[in-house]
Amino acid sequence: MDFVPFVLTVITASTPLLLAATGELVTERSGVLNLGVEGMMLVGAIAAFAAASATGSAILGVLAGAIAGIATATIFGFLTLTMLANQVATGLALTIFGIGFSALIGASFVGFALDPLPKLNIAGLSGVPVLGAIFFGQDALVYLSFGMLSAVAWVLTRTRLGLILKAVGESHDSAHALGHPVILIRYGAVLFGGAMSGLAGAYLSLAYTPLWAENMSAGRGWIALALVVFATWRPGRLLFGAYMFGAITILQLHAQGWGVVIPSQFMSMLPYLATVLVLVLISSDRIRIRLNAPQCIGKVFHPAQ
Amino acid sequence: MSARLAGAGIRSLTFIIQTLGGSKMKKRTFYKLIVGTVAAGLTCGGALALTVKTAVAQTKVGFVYVGPIGDHGWTYRHDQGRLAVDKAFGDKVKTTYVESVKEGPDAERVIRQLASTGHDLIFTTSFGFMNPTLKVARRFPKVHFEHATGYKRDKNVSTYSARFYEGRYIAGVIAGKISKSNRIGYVASFPIPEVVRGINAFILGARSVNPKMSISVVWVNTWYDPGKEGDAAKALIDQGADIITQHTDSPAPLQVAENRGVKGFGQASDMIKFAPKAQLTAIINNWNPYYVARTKAVIEGKWASSDVWDGLKPGMVEMAPYTNMPADVAKLAKEIEEAIRSGKLHPFAGPIKNQSGETVVAAGQIADDGMLLGMDFYVQGVEGSLPK
Amino acid sequence: MIRLEPRGEVSRIWPLLTPLIAILLTLASGVAIFSAMGKDPGLALYTYFVQPVSTIYGVTELLVKAAPLVLIGMGLAIGFRANVWNIGAEGQFTIGAIFGGGFAIAFHDSDSILLLPGILFLGVLGGMVWGAIPAYLRTRFNANEILTSLMLTYVSILLLNYLVHGPWRDPGGFNFPESRIFSASAMMPTLIADSRLHLGFVFALLAILVGWLLLNRSVIGFQLRVVGQAPAAARHAGFSQNKLIWYSFLLSGGLAGLAGVAEVAGTIGQLLPTISPGYGFTAIIVAFLGRLNPFGVLLGGLVMALSYLGGEIAQIEIGLPAAVTGLFQGILLFFLLGCDALTHNRIKFSIAGRFVRI
Repeated sequence: MDFVPFVLTVITASTPLLLAATGELVTERSGVLNLGVEGMMLVGAIAAFAAASATGSAILGVLAGAIAGIATATIFGFLTLTMLANQVATGLALTIFGIGFSALIGASFVGFALDPLPKLNIAGLSGVPVLGAIFFGQDALVYLSFGMLSAVAWVLTRTRLGLILKAVGESHDSAHALGHPVILIRYGAVLFGGAMSGLAGAYLSLAYTPLWAENMSAGRGWIALALVVFATWRPGRLLFGAYMFGAITILQLHAQGWGVVIPSQFMSMLPYLATVLVLVLISSDRIRIRLNAPQCIGKVFHPAQ
Repeated sequence: MSARLAGAGIRSLTFIIQTLGGSKMKKRTFYKLIVGTVAAGLTCGGALALTVKTAVAQTKVGFVYVGPIGDHGWTYRHDQGRLAVDKAFGDKVKTTYVESVKEGPDAERVIRQLASTGHDLIFTTSFGFMNPTLKVARRFPKVHFEHATGYKRDKNVSTYSARFYEGRYIAGVIAGKISKSNRIGYVASFPIPEVVRGINAFILGARSVNPKMSISVVWVNTWYDPGKEGDAAKALIDQGADIITQHTDSPAPLQVAENRGVKGFGQASDMIKFAPKAQLTAIINNWNPYYVARTKAVIEGKWASSDVWDGLKPGMVEMAPYTNMPADVAKLAKEIEEAIRSGKLHPFAGPIKNQSGETVVAAGQIADDGMLLGMDFYVQGVEGSLPK
Repeated sequence: MIRLEPRGEVSRIWPLLTPLIAILLTLASGVAIFSAMGKDPGLALYTYFVQPVSTIYGVTELLVKAAPLVLIGMGLAIGFRANVWNIGAEGQFTIGAIFGGGFAIAFHDSDSILLLPGILFLGVLGGMVWGAIPAYLRTRFNANEILTSLMLTYVSILLLNYLVHGPWRDPGGFNFPESRIFSASAMMPTLIADSRLHLGFVFALLAILVGWLLLNRSVIGFQLRVVGQAPAAARHAGFSQNKLIWYSFLLSGGLAGLAGVAEVAGTIGQLLPTISPGYGFTAIIVAFLGRLNPFGVLLGGLVMALSYLGGEIAQIEIGLPAAVTGLFQGILLFFLLGCDALTHNRIKFSIAGRFVRI
């Protein structure tokens, strides 16, 4: 197996997971559980594809994906934060809505092709043997996924905003008592989650497989949600989780090509089983896990209380 | 203020949907132009007979789809067939469809709903609808049922399927001529006879012109996941395949071939738009003539239960233009196509040996439909073992 | 600005009024969507909500569709009350069908009267076994059950896939991916002639009843509620959280397994690669639509089932694409969930510095 093409394939498979999971991590850190990632991804994917094919501009496509993600997340935010609706059910309803809405808009885009998102050539180094293509020759969204993850890690650990966000997620009542605008912070976190899911969708329809077809996310939103839990709400582990999941998915496809005789269904189980196994291994440290899980996740906050 | 915002929101939503409706309308008119010319040719014979019987009540034809019509694959092609029926009969026929019907408990309800609301002819277009179709058919003896890809029939249940393997054999011949690495990458969905038959036909075609050819198969365990299908194609290319072919629904593997500079084949539809430099040809599912003919039979009262397994000859399987290959290969492909169509060549003509070298079809023999229908072995040249 | 604040006292009018508001809003948005699609909105709404249940047969189909949703939703509601997040009911459903279905396939030539009870028992057991894995991993290794239960769902579906493509496929079925058809004695009897209504819905009603008794009349139900509402108090009172995790998973897994086996031995009659249109996930919505209350779950299951049936008929009768029916279903849920909060809260509008409360 050639190392470089393998890594390149893993990067494309992992990037949509990392993008969406980074957004959801922030949302959940603020104490809100949005199970509508799959729906937001699909709306982002069709918006990006529609905008890119209408304008011919990949940048506008990516932007449209993010905006569509934000718009979809706004519905969720309004219902759960203003109308105090149940977060779990509203998130699932958002997925149903997103599948339907994206299919309706996408009906006139089925069968259209786009040029894939251009690969960059950073500092002219993408031609350097072995490492060039991996480190300097990716498309913009791959770099963005790393950039956003680093930014989130930095904000969470090094800034006042991060402290407030975590405080809101830990105990909204205490945060409120301290004078922090709980609802506003949560709106921000939910919309950020929407934007990142929208970008993940844009990555699907512009870079991963530059086309639109109904339900093309094929469950990746759910994997992204699971990865946030896997990461115990920490950015570093999220990176590890997304790339581990991507790598095992690709590895099992390669293994089949080598002629491994295990039934393919069992090969396809590997990424899921490996995620469970690794989670079991890293979860034994009870205290650290408890410190990381936002205590207020999924709970309704009454501002007047 | 919020109320006004909400009002504006609803208005803009309405606007968006109206605009969409409008653009859809335009597309449909455009489509009518294309299909109209094709269908007019197809049915000009029947049209004469039909105009005489204008007093006949409207015939209702229902379709049950397993996926969304926007999948650009299996279901999309069936819906093109439905539109051809619309076009061919105009007001005499009303077609309806239910999409994304999951195999399992929902199928029987949907089929029965169609049967009990005055549909005269119902097409159920996925293998998993077989038993529900038969069950409903027993309850509605006057309704005509058509089940795709199954093997159980009844007085009012026909089955139909297409010999896609004929197209795959031609694709194999082209691959055998073009490949430099002698290695084909095959992105496969599920190990069912239909898919196994396609793999075997492909390698038989390839080896007929180049005995060194081999096929490496990756099962993705889904009919439809563009990302995963594309990833499987990448893995196969990384392992040395320079021809990619697929038995899954999306154009993703072909797009990967285009980006990686190898060649590939379209599936179900002509996918040249997705891979202008990579698509060699495409095996097109064309249900249009069959759907039009069966509807006509119902209108004329001549429908009878049948088992149809058509290929290139009646046009249920079509080949997209042969592109991106030297002229002599294209010429050969056309000759093979013609030979299959005329019956001179059968893709599964002996001698055929299975992987362990046993002869399964002797020289001078042809695999019968029973063997083809239940095919559960690989022929020589396919790597790996068939999951059982 | 809109803001919700708790009502001082429990309102008598609002619990009745909020569903009404939700329905009115849904109808209004339905009119907007359907007219925008160029359909007669009155006819469309009739098709969506009334036509599915306009015949006895239609009603039986509604109950057939609602039964698995209610069964699974009831189990989940109990777990959710204790903050045990079983997201993998779909997997427990699948394993229940595999256990029970495997038994039916193994004894396909039996006409014993014990066959069906055995199938149902194994179905429940299968669901419990699959539910026990996340419970074990959570209580023993502290592994978060959201991830483990969800991942096990994918594993279970691939396992079913392997079985029907491989060892369990019908020997007389030309190698197609389907099992034998179960014998008549393996199938649940239908309750009404010429319908598909089977014992599954009776099980669902029983589950609701038992669930209600459990939550309101038993010690463990009390503990479940306390853990959910006041975890600190529960710890203080010395309730074992591990016990409640096990309890929730075995119960919800068992009910999901029962739902799964009831589908294959009730409506499908064989094992297929696809046996569920996502019941395990939809049931999560059902549980919350019903506010985690047993009778609410029953109602939520019926509403959800109606929206699926209505969507199908709307496709047949007025040619609405599935995308529109999905969109409408999503909006319906938005209104139901959004208005629900009004039962316990009131809206405070602030207009030009003055407050208006409703």
